Amino acid sequence: MARLARRAAHGLLLLVGVSLLSFVLVELAPGDYFAEMRLDPRISEATVRGLRARYGLDRPLPERYLSWLRSLARGEMGYSFAYGGPVGPLLWPRARNTLLLTATATALAWLLAVPLGAWWAARRAGPAAHGLAGVTALLLALPDLVLALGLLLLAVRTGWFPTGGMVSLGHEQLSWGARVRDVASHLALPVTALVLGLLPVLVRHVRASVAEALAAPFVRAARAHGIPERRVLLRHALPAAANPLISLFGLSVAGLLSMSLVVEVVMSWPGLGPLLLEAILARDFHLVLGPVLVSTLLLLGGNLLADLLLYAADPRIRADAR
Amino acid sequence: MALLVLGAVHLAAIGAGFLAPYAPTEQNRSLPYAPPTRLRFVDAEGRLHLRPFVYRLVEREGAGGVYDEDTSRPWPVRLFVRGASTDRVHLFGVEEPARVFLLGADGFGRDQLSRLLHGAQISLFAGLMAATLSLGMGWLLGTLAGFYGRWIDAALMRGAELFLALPWLYLLFAVRAVLPLSVSPGQAFLLLVLVIGLVDWARPARLFRGVVLSARERNYVLAARGFGASDLYLIRRHIAPQTIGLLLTQAALLVPQYILAEVTLSFLGLGVGEPVPSWGNMLAALQRYHVLSSYWWMWIPGLALVPVFLAYFALSEALRARAGPASP
Repeated sequence: MARLARRAAHGLLLLVGVSLLSFVLVELAPGDYFAEMRLDPRISEATVRGLRARYGLDRPLPERYLSWLRSLARGEMGYSFAYGGPVGPLLWPRARNTLLLTATATALAWLLAVPLGAWWAARRAGPAAHGLAGVTALLLALPDLVLALGLLLLAVRTGWFPTGGMVSLGHEQLSWGARVRDVASHLALPVTALVLGLLPVLVRHVRASVAEALAAPFVRAARAHGIPERRVLLRHALPAAANPLISLFGLSVAGLLSMSLVVEVVMSWPGLGPLLLEAILARDFHLVLGPVLVSTLLLLGGNLLADLLLYAADPRIRADAR
Repeated sequence: MALLVLGAVHLAAIGAGFLAPYAPTEQNRSLPYAPPTRLRFVDAEGRLHLRPFVYRLVEREGAGGVYDEDTSRPWPVRLFVRGASTDRVHLFGVEEPARVFLLGADGFGRDQLSRLLHGAQISLFAGLMAATLSLGMGWLLGTLAGFYGRWIDAALMRGAELFLALPWLYLLFAVRAVLPLSVSPGQAFLLLVLVIGLVDWARPARLFRGVVLSARERNYVLAARGFGASDLYLIRRHIAPQTIGLLLTQAALLVPQYILAEVTLSFLGLGVGEPVPSWGNMLAALQRYHVLSSYWWMWIPGLALVPVFLAYFALSEALRARAGPASP
């Protein structure tokens, strides 16, 4: 537990560091939301200066950082000029949607990757294994952008799936069960895109670590004892292969979040991605900081979860921690 | 094999001005979304031509976007022709006013093949240059951290952790956010290379640090140090050669990632803008549903990424196999 607390504290420290880094970066940017007003001859210089003073843009950098931190603590996370309100209320539903999308995709991808990878490792050669190798290589080379566009084409052509968004019109009037079904049908395509993007990497790693476990002496011993091959694979090799895979889970979160950014924009899933893009195009800097910080939070949360799992799965780490 | 493919693709990109039949910005407003032109050998009367020819496309009266072939006159495809608008020799072409669009045309009637080849100059070389930059930064900082240790190491690695705590595309977007949005395509290209290259120094730096750390403690390095070799000499003569394997495998991994980063940013309108073609802003046309579902040739820049990526992956696997099983 001490180890876990240490990791959490470390994560918190990183978060503060990232907030400082990104805030300074954003504040050093040339121009702000009011910069374009200067070009408008109908708006006087004094008006722009007044607006800047009102939103505190004329104060020195450390002071602005502190006031931004205070607003962060209140859950407001700064002020969005484009929306004319605090960032927090805009951000949380978006963050929830991204979390829903990425968590579903991760769960599905792992559920598929572990059996596929283990089966591949046990099989080693043969046409099916070669086919799997080819398919994963091709999926690996297929950019997530093209993958998302392809699935969108499927939706447009067949009409089996909605072409974007998260809910249909009139979602509010539906019964609870119908609402869940509605969100699930909107979720299907973005999740498929993420799973297909994630799967080749995961399957290849699962195969590698299970193959390594299968080559270990204890597996040969188990086989020599006459334990059936299925049981050797499932009870002996898989648990031994779990350790590097849990670390991989932590590492894959970063890639997943990046991939999700693209998929969300292409499929207009109302997550952090479209919000970030909108904020960039509007030069609304506090709104840029929001998604960036939340994505860091999600990444650190994923790493912490991986740590927890590792702690639960590996008795050696538990012994170390004591 | 992989090297051959990559070499051919990059040569084609460099020679785009010669290989492409038209300038990438040359518009034909009467031919929006013209389908790929068919090369023919047999004309409407059934005569065989030895030299391939094309028919002129004419938009059908009253039906926009539907084209008929004007079979009254064949337009032979000639090699080494002088372009009407570009004033340079192209590998092939047809006489005006006929057009040869081997891969179709986009919404402005611009030749998709010419744009693909010229766009490769932007997209592929943005990836290469950004990888050079990030590996250069990563190598320098990683070597400094690994070789000198102590506070330099601690400071650099804490910095790297900060950069790694952000999902990299979010970081890229955040950095792109603070830079001016409306810049000329040339500036945008340099900006993208700089941003992509400088944002991702942390991952290579960590790996190089590890290699340098182990190389520093080798006996022959310690011996050379004992003989009074300077730090610069040690790094140049003994440490740097140890990092070459990692440098090559990392390059083969990072270049496709950066190509995709450029394509993604340009796709979203944050990168290289019109009228200069990049594979990303060419794909951006697909954001309209009717383009997405009706004109398959608009997908070609996206599909062209697949063989390029496959070749880079094959290259990285081959490099890793050569470096031995122990390498990361």
